[in-house]
Amino acid sequence: MTVRVQAEDFDSAAEVRRLNGTSTDAGAIVTFTGTVRGESHGQRLILMELEHYPGMTEAELARIEQEARSRWPLTASLIIHRYGRLLPGDNIVLVVTVSRHRQAAFAAAEFLMDYLKTRAPFWKKETLSDGTGGWVDARETDDTALERWAMPDVTAATAP
Amino acid sequence: MSSSPAVTPDRSAPGGQRIRVLYFAWVRERVGRAEEVLDVPSSVTSVADLVGWLRQRGPEYADAFERPEIVRAAIDQTHVRPAAAIAGAREVAFFPPVTGG
Repeated sequence: MTVRVQAEDFDSAAEVRRLNGTSTDAGAIVTFTGTVRGESHGQRLILMELEHYPGMTEAELARIEQEARSRWPLTASLIIHRYGRLLPGDNIVLVVTVSRHRQAAFAAAEFLMDYLKTRAPFWKKETLSDGTGGWVDARETDDTALERWAMPDVTAATAP
Repeated sequence: MSSSPAVTPDRSAPGGQRIRVLYFAWVRERVGRAEEVLDVPSSVTSVADLVGWLRQRGPEYADAFERPEIVRAAIDQTHVRPAAAIAGAREVAFFPPVTGG
């Protein structure tokens, strides 16, 4: 059960080997890697800057991981999220879930990504080829994805 | 002494509290700083109150909280709703809806 927040790149194959170690308990390992798309709003993406909230980011990812482990029988899990200056094609996020059976591993990985996208305190800022860009708006579809898991939205707005 | 109210005195109102306030992403850019330590009067009891109080502090705050309904908050690194009490809070953060992953 590991959470890492880092500027450096990661090697997903090496991370899976390290996570699984010499254990033979797992029948299923699901690996999801999120990468920087090279296009946004019909423009070429030049740069993506990822800001985060040091301290809360790690705490929130740990809470999300704990929630996943309370729902599915995982033998191991890993979340790595990068911050800083990223280029098209760069890795952003890695989620690995290990279980005896695939259903739990698939479901837990999807849950982790849905939760992470709506709760982990990261913000993306884009620079596009036509000189425009700016802070990326939160997607309503992410909130909709969250509703599938029947959890309260704890990130309500500040106005009553 | 001048009657100018230019400088906020470094004192808490009776029963008030000192809070570290952090800003992220475009909230940080609009406020013009990443964090500050503020002496908040005792009349400010909730996150929503704190937003209202901050908005009075200057045009940069009014700009950052122009649409308070889209600004999110955390107390001591946990997401909270606007009605959350700030009593005992060491750190309050304001930020846009998150866009990681």
